[in-house]
Amino acid sequence: MMNKKHMTWRWIALCTLLMLIFFLDIAIGPVRIPLKSVLRIILSLPGEDSTVHYIIGQIRIPKACTAVIAGCGLSVSGLQMQTLFRNPLAEPSVLGVTAGASLGVAAIMLGGGSIVTLYTIRELGISGSWLITLAGCIGAAGIMLLVILISRKVRDNMMMLIIGVMVSTATLAIISVWQYFSDAELIKDYLLWTFGSLGGVTGTQLYILGAVTLAGLILSFLSSKMLDALLLGENYARSMGVTIHRARVIIICSTSLLAGSITAFCGPIGFVGIAVPQMARSIFSTSSHRILIPACCLLGTGLILLCDLIGQWPGNQTALPINIITALVGAPMVVWIILGKNNLSIYG
Amino acid sequence: MSDAQTLLTAHQLAAGYHVGGRPVTIAGPLSVSIQAGRMICLLGPNGAGKSTLMRTLSGLQPALEGSIDILGDRGASLHSPSRLARKISLVLTDPVRHSNLTVYSMVALGRYPYSGWLGTLHEEDKRIVAWAMAMTGIEAYAERKMGTLSDGERQKVMLARALAQDTPLMMLDEPTAHLDLPSRIQLMQLLHKLARTTQKGILLSTHELDLALQVADEVWLLQKAGGRLEKGAPEDLVLNGTFEAVFDKEGIHFDKNTGSFNIHAGSSKKIALTGDDPAIFWTRRALQREGFEVTSEGLPSIHADGTGWTLKTTSARQVFATITALLKALSALTISNEDKSETPGGEGKTTS
Repeated sequence: MMNKKHMTWRWIALCTLLMLIFFLDIAIGPVRIPLKSVLRIILSLPGEDSTVHYIIGQIRIPKACTAVIAGCGLSVSGLQMQTLFRNPLAEPSVLGVTAGASLGVAAIMLGGGSIVTLYTIRELGISGSWLITLAGCIGAAGIMLLVILISRKVRDNMMMLIIGVMVSTATLAIISVWQYFSDAELIKDYLLWTFGSLGGVTGTQLYILGAVTLAGLILSFLSSKMLDALLLGENYARSMGVTIHRARVIIICSTSLLAGSITAFCGPIGFVGIAVPQMARSIFSTSSHRILIPACCLLGTGLILLCDLIGQWPGNQTALPINIITALVGAPMVVWIILGKNNLSIYG
Repeated sequence: MSDAQTLLTAHQLAAGYHVGGRPVTIAGPLSVSIQAGRMICLLGPNGAGKSTLMRTLSGLQPALEGSIDILGDRGASLHSPSRLARKISLVLTDPVRHSNLTVYSMVALGRYPYSGWLGTLHEEDKRIVAWAMAMTGIEAYAERKMGTLSDGERQKVMLARALAQDTPLMMLDEPTAHLDLPSRIQLMQLLHKLARTTQKGILLSTHELDLALQVADEVWLLQKAGGRLEKGAPEDLVLNGTFEAVFDKEGIHFDKNTGSFNIHAGSSKKIALTGDDPAIFWTRRALQREGFEVTSEGLPSIHADGTGWTLKTTSARQVFATITALLKALSALTISNEDKSETPGGEGKTTS
């Protein structure tokens, strides 16, 4: 019942801004390419030399697309977890889902021994991509299931967060132990992966990541009515006809698909899952998931693209890892949101 | 009354929890039924299992023993939340304070069992939401956020949400908790009216004995020890002494004459009271507060006739214009009495 015209303008403004950032993200990079050439390539006009074509078509556009996918997936999985746990600080990296995905990836990367490194997996093409996606998703789902099992014993939101952080820490510790007994070469690969990178996801991998994320997003959007009911807590939701077990399974599935696959390909990217849903709630002034899910997609995409832009600020020869930027941008943003809106109390 | 439709029947029902795999019965076994158009108040001391019983009756948790029949549904079909959602709506004590959820969207959530895949509301749904908001008188703040409401307003919104769910049965767990007295009375009257006008069967648990006695068609009294449940018209339960039996604790006494609890019962200070309404009612309250046991005859005695209070003792007769003055004189009297009784040989002086 919000002023419709007002809302429409916000959507339009957001979309315009997003397209602008998307274009900038493609246009700006270590290699200077004139805006005109960028536009020509995007519009598939002939006449640009093959190097520029390669940089735009094979590096920058896939990277921007990965940013879009990661932005949508991470923020929507954050939103779902916040609703499920009724906790505004819940997100994949806080409650251990990212750690779970990391464990899955570590199992492949470190466990595979010297034969299989991330890059050899990537060389494997389709089957390798599926393998790493599967490992990430299974790891994420496993940890999320564990956290949910514990959460049934714990009613308190704060306790739940602490438990989530502990599960996350324990999972990361397992990975560390594993690293300790692994070869230096493998550890280096794994460490590079943990910094997070939007680059390097190309071709088939991009399609696989896109397809899995899309599946997760569709699942999430279809359960938006159920998520709305869960805002009132499980008892009320059940009294309105929600089958709680089924709801949990659906949310675990879509969160694991989203956070698991993105973490597998881009590394653990934090803070997007917390910051974006909060921003979406403030900007669109609603709790309805039918609006929040698309809003999270747009804002999440914008935030990741922006972080990517900052990471490869013009004049910088090497791009900073995305994980560092999201933490640097995201952490103050979360503090600012908490101070400004006391949103923490809204989940009572 | 007897021809009213029976909405819910529970037979030999035991409500409780499984602790370490062993069932622990908190309330029951008990057999109850809820008829359409009736408002039932579930009363009982803290810890008697009111919430547990209500959760069991509403299908939120499985019964340990016995059977429940809700409008023909029993056994396995009670485990289907989507079926139950069209039969029972709940107002729970679970906190709901989403600052971004508007009152309208909260009430609209009540249409959940009927709305489409994505929760889109049809004309019929919107009409029922509007009706629910009108019934509870919350139209004025339809656009406000839940987080900005007072406790009383929020409770009305949760009631409107339950109404919008449009179910024959409605269960409310301590809906009057945290509300001020006018809001409590308002809410109870509203529920009573709803039961009558919409032919819903309403079950609510409460600690408001006075209010429950006034508005309930039926009272269920849950006892703490043994989980026994006494039920009947509130007046019957008062007259046959069930109320006293359930609620009597040391230092608290249920007064059948007034339907309320006295805090200072069992005092040795006796005083007789005669007079006319309403003066006699309020005088009794004042005397009980001061710790007197009020009787109908004897000395000292007070006669309250609306214009003044006449205090008669063995030795004197005084008239007071206000209860304040009367109480002041009484406290002087009792203090001097106590002084005398404490002094050895004082007894002799009073009788002389």
